[in-house]
Amino acid sequence: MMRYMMSLLAALMLWALPAIAQNSGPLRIEITEGVIEPMPYAVPDFVGENAAATEMGRNLARVIASDLSGTGLFREIPAEAHISRITSFESPVQYADWRAVKAQALITGAVSVDGSGRLVVKFRIYDVFAGQELGNGLQFVGTQDGWRRIAHKVADQVYARITGEGGYFDSRVVYVAESGPKDQRAKRLAIMDYDGANVQYLTDSSSLVLAPRFSPSGDRVLYTSYETGFPRIYVLDVASVGRRVLPTMDGTMSFAPRFAPDGRTVVYSLTQGGNTDLYRMDIGSGASTRLTNAPSIETAPSYSPDGRQIVFESDRSGTPQIYIMPAGGGEARRISFGQGRYGTPVWSPRGDLIAFTKQSKGRFHIGVMRTDGSEERLLTASFLDEGPTWAPNGRVIMFTRETQGAQGQARLYSVDISGRNLKQVQTSGGASDPSWGPLQN
Amino acid sequence: MTYLSKTLILCAGLALAACTNPDRFENQNTVDLNGGAGLAGSAQDPTSPAYFQQTIGDRVLFAVDQSSLSDAAQAKLNGQANWLGSNPDYTAVIEGHADEQGTREYNLALGARRANAVQEYLVSRGVASNRLKVVSYGKERPIEICSEESCYTQNRRAVTVLAAGLGS
Repeated sequence: MMRYMMSLLAALMLWALPAIAQNSGPLRIEITEGVIEPMPYAVPDFVGENAAATEMGRNLARVIASDLSGTGLFREIPAEAHISRITSFESPVQYADWRAVKAQALITGAVSVDGSGRLVVKFRIYDVFAGQELGNGLQFVGTQDGWRRIAHKVADQVYARITGEGGYFDSRVVYVAESGPKDQRAKRLAIMDYDGANVQYLTDSSSLVLAPRFSPSGDRVLYTSYETGFPRIYVLDVASVGRRVLPTMDGTMSFAPRFAPDGRTVVYSLTQGGNTDLYRMDIGSGASTRLTNAPSIETAPSYSPDGRQIVFESDRSGTPQIYIMPAGGGEARRISFGQGRYGTPVWSPRGDLIAFTKQSKGRFHIGVMRTDGSEERLLTASFLDEGPTWAPNGRVIMFTRETQGAQGQARLYSVDISGRNLKQVQTSGGASDPSWGPLQN
Repeated sequence: MTYLSKTLILCAGLALAACTNPDRFENQNTVDLNGGAGLAGSAQDPTSPAYFQQTIGDRVLFAVDQSSLSDAAQAKLNGQANWLGSNPDYTAVIEGHADEQGTREYNLALGARRANAVQEYLVSRGVASNRLKVVSYGKERPIEICSEESCYTQNRRAVTVLAAGLGS
């Protein structure tokens, strides 16, 4: 089951650099600006250092390129244009050849399979125009099954060194895999790499399941299931796929769960007598506390990264809007004031922004605003966009887009917080309700 | 189309809990909501679920974002309450639904409001509250699948789904 639990045995520093003067160098992308001209780079096939690793050298380079180019921040110089060939990891880089093809960054690497069958991957990043290495070369060791994770880790290093931001490629997404026509849709929980690879199903489709949410460390998933005929919240252990229902009273419905940053507390909606309020529960003891007490709908709660506040959706003003309250309940302040209806607020992992769904004039949007409601920006528009989730670095948002009409189908999309680089995430069928997990260790 | 009849027959001798098994919910949309030939009993038999569904009417509709009951809805629910009064062996699950406009979470809460409005009304008309359960499906179970108001209006509904036997 846990092929995923590939242990990355070590990330070893192989070569110390004489000086770290590169930090202020020219090889830099400022993500917040929204990049108009992506940075050209080259990633030749990694050198296979023994026969068992030759094909892997190409596979690794292709996944790294897919990660980097997929951000919209980088543009690959294709292999056909390369002048130099990297045939040995240790040979000096011919900077002039890479300058000639206008590659600003160069990533070289080598891969071998060691005596215990583990994959050993080394790489270096070069600032071509400065004519020097960018940071230290690194080595990753892992299982052969986990080769994509190693490629993602290399790409995360490249991304981090050039943008100065944390990466997000070695991460997973839990979501709802959908099949069947709109009026008989089957749904089951699935987990995949952020790029859609390595899909595993966590439940079958015998019961309706909704809105899975990762724990902060990615080891567990909260979700809503109709297994008993009524919506109730379950917590599922990703490694064992074991699950249990959270204790709630008969005659109530519970849904929209989300973990607190402590990984032990869950905030959720509970409906009793037709009225939906927010509660929190200690997941170990099952003890719950009511956080709101109003005749309006209170739902879609999400904690601030420091765990001290909760952003949520309420229609207490007459239409659904976004509010923030202390994590223990109490006075809430409204932060959304634009035209339209606001829902599904999600606090950025960086703490600076709230992502939300907005419905206005018959269209749906994914947007972001500051935590005081200022600087609202709509990133997308379509017939039905909803349910944003943040990449671990707070720079990319994934969400559900459903197409219109009887043949309508849900798919996952991602977009930068600049509003650029909108694209579909590859899934084999319908998909909805993504929850982006943390960067893996 | 024959599913509901099987469910009813199966449930007739069982506790209520058995009637709320997930399969019934998962397959509810396979029931032909317009026909009744497959329902237990005939639509001509006023004690039959088919009669309840087709002649009394098992569902009420709501305006956008609303959970208040129109005059037409109240009239239909009066009929449901009378029928439930005359047929005390039946219990019911009231399912609240929303159209696809709106987020998943909000629609779950909205569907719950609608189901609850029906439950409260039926109780006010003399149906024992322990015979009625409510559940919301939000926008998860549309019966009409176009993305136009003609479909949305049918999907903003609360459906009284009969089950037989008062558990314990």
